[in-house]
Amino acid sequence: MVTKTRLTRRGLLQATLAGGAALALRPTRAWAATGLLNVSYDPTRELYQDIDRSFSRFWAEGHGGAPVQIRTSHGGSGAQARSVLEGAPADIVTLGLAYDIDILAQNGLLATNWQTRLPHNSTPFTSTIVFLVRKGNPKNIHDWPDLIRDGVQVITPNPKTSGGARWNYLAAWGWALNQPGGSADSARAYLKKLFTHVPVLDTGARGATNSFVQRGLGDVLLAWEDEALLATREIGPDQFDIVVPPVTILAEPPVAVVDRNAQAHGTTEIAQAYVQYLFSDAGQKIGAKHYFRPVTPAILAENRDRFPAVHTFDIASLGGWTKVQKEHFADGGIFDSIYTK
Amino acid sequence: MARFIFASAVYLLIGLIVILPVVLVFVMAFSHGLATALATFADPDALSAIRLTVIMTVLTVAINTVFGVMAAWTLSRFRFPGRGALIVLIELPLSVSPVVGGLVWLLVFGTQGWWGAALERWGYPVMFAPPGILLATVFVTFPYVTRTLMPVMIHNGREGEDAAVLLGAGLWQILWHVTLPGARLALLSGVLLTTARAMGEFGAVSVVSGHIPGLTETIPLHIETLYNGYQTVAAFTMAGLLAIMAMLVVTARTLIERRAGARGLIA
Repeated sequence: MVTKTRLTRRGLLQATLAGGAALALRPTRAWAATGLLNVSYDPTRELYQDIDRSFSRFWAEGHGGAPVQIRTSHGGSGAQARSVLEGAPADIVTLGLAYDIDILAQNGLLATNWQTRLPHNSTPFTSTIVFLVRKGNPKNIHDWPDLIRDGVQVITPNPKTSGGARWNYLAAWGWALNQPGGSADSARAYLKKLFTHVPVLDTGARGATNSFVQRGLGDVLLAWEDEALLATREIGPDQFDIVVPPVTILAEPPVAVVDRNAQAHGTTEIAQAYVQYLFSDAGQKIGAKHYFRPVTPAILAENRDRFPAVHTFDIASLGGWTKVQKEHFADGGIFDSIYTK
Repeated sequence: MARFIFASAVYLLIGLIVILPVVLVFVMAFSHGLATALATFADPDALSAIRLTVIMTVLTVAINTVFGVMAAWTLSRFRFPGRGALIVLIELPLSVSPVVGGLVWLLVFGTQGWWGAALERWGYPVMFAPPGILLATVFVTFPYVTRTLMPVMIHNGREGEDAAVLLGAGLWQILWHVTLPGARLALLSGVLLTTARAMGEFGAVSVVSGHIPGLTETIPLHIETLYNGYQTVAAFTMAGLLAIMAMLVVTARTLIERRAGARGLIA
């Protein structure tokens, strides 16, 4: 009985393999000829569409007009890192937080000192976490304690899969920790309460924005500043207000060339040019245009009306990503203990 | 009277649950006019998604038709130890969540999995490439041909085949001239069901695709990308295209089944 079953399944496997193999040649060849793949996180769709076009022109000018096709895929930062780890052929990763790239480095896809290879900790644009509320702020939300008032529904994605959600969570955690008399226990109690106000957990920041903006769920969206600015200025003008809490986190989404993949594809040179382009004045201006805070001081200063000064703390003040990831988001970590009621 | 009430209830439900969403898809697609909707197809990523979906569907149908016929024939003609278990296994994809179907392939062919690293070194990536999408689609559509064929083959009995054997026919001759013609309409119906399901598969494909626009996005995945990129009209236009493709297939299937029903070929 067992042998029969196994035989048939093996037969199925072989046959499907044969079918797949016939097709495998084509994409591989097409890939080598044209491709540069940037695996990115969720709210960067508009940003990298613009960057890709601009860089493609820039590269063509410097290299005899040779066309270069850049493709960018988007999803929750953690899920995207997982895909690259499982073999998605990314030449470049531009993810929501350093830990997701650290994982790739630990598995030998790029050098473990990747974050020192580019300026500003390999972070071309920073952002921060703000509150997006309905026009006129009907629930009167101004600070972190307002989020756990009765009748307030909070939209934030799942920190297990989304980088933005981890920044949201840590912004709340850092605020609670730094209150007078704050401790890990009081911060945990605050977050446990906060997540009872969360009706849905989307897998990525863009899904959460869609839940809030297009499906009308919730009273407040915890969001990347860039995502919130995009929503207020372009998606639904006059429907939303941005509330910047008195204290929030400095979000640093980094970029890196995936050495092993770029070498295999023969794209190392162009991949490096691409990530360096992000730090150039042209790249920084495109970032500012799409609501990401430029790291070049002069270009940030030019855009002061768009990016007000905010009072922030950074991830290092919470002990760095490795520690934070292990304590909060690993299986059996603090997030699990507060979310599984 | 009771019949009238029941019929009205059914029509109302179908109207709300089936027809209304489809109508809304087209309303959204044409909300900014026909030209805007058609501009969706000027995007090379959209064309690539359509092409990939068609290729994947054709290959999936080919593979699953061959194996479905073999499985249905074996299971309806022979009694052997483990036959019951085999039927359960073939129907497994119907009860397993498609996401699991995708994850299983990732475990086998992902670079962290059994064979993935080796395949990648040889230049044959399976995951995040069309072969992986094919595997995932084949998995979720595996049962349909077998399931539609088997009852008809059992119903038809084996007298015709036995007669063919006595007349000296070989295995292939029996299959081509006796068995399959008798179950032709059921086979077509199973093939069309596989086609409809393969075109629309999202969950399993999403896991193994990597969502690379222009390379590994099928129509359903491309719809999600467009929707998340706030390209609402384009998203619903692609959804409308998928709906039309599915409706053509379902209509073909219904017509075929009506013919089959008239001839009493489907038990």
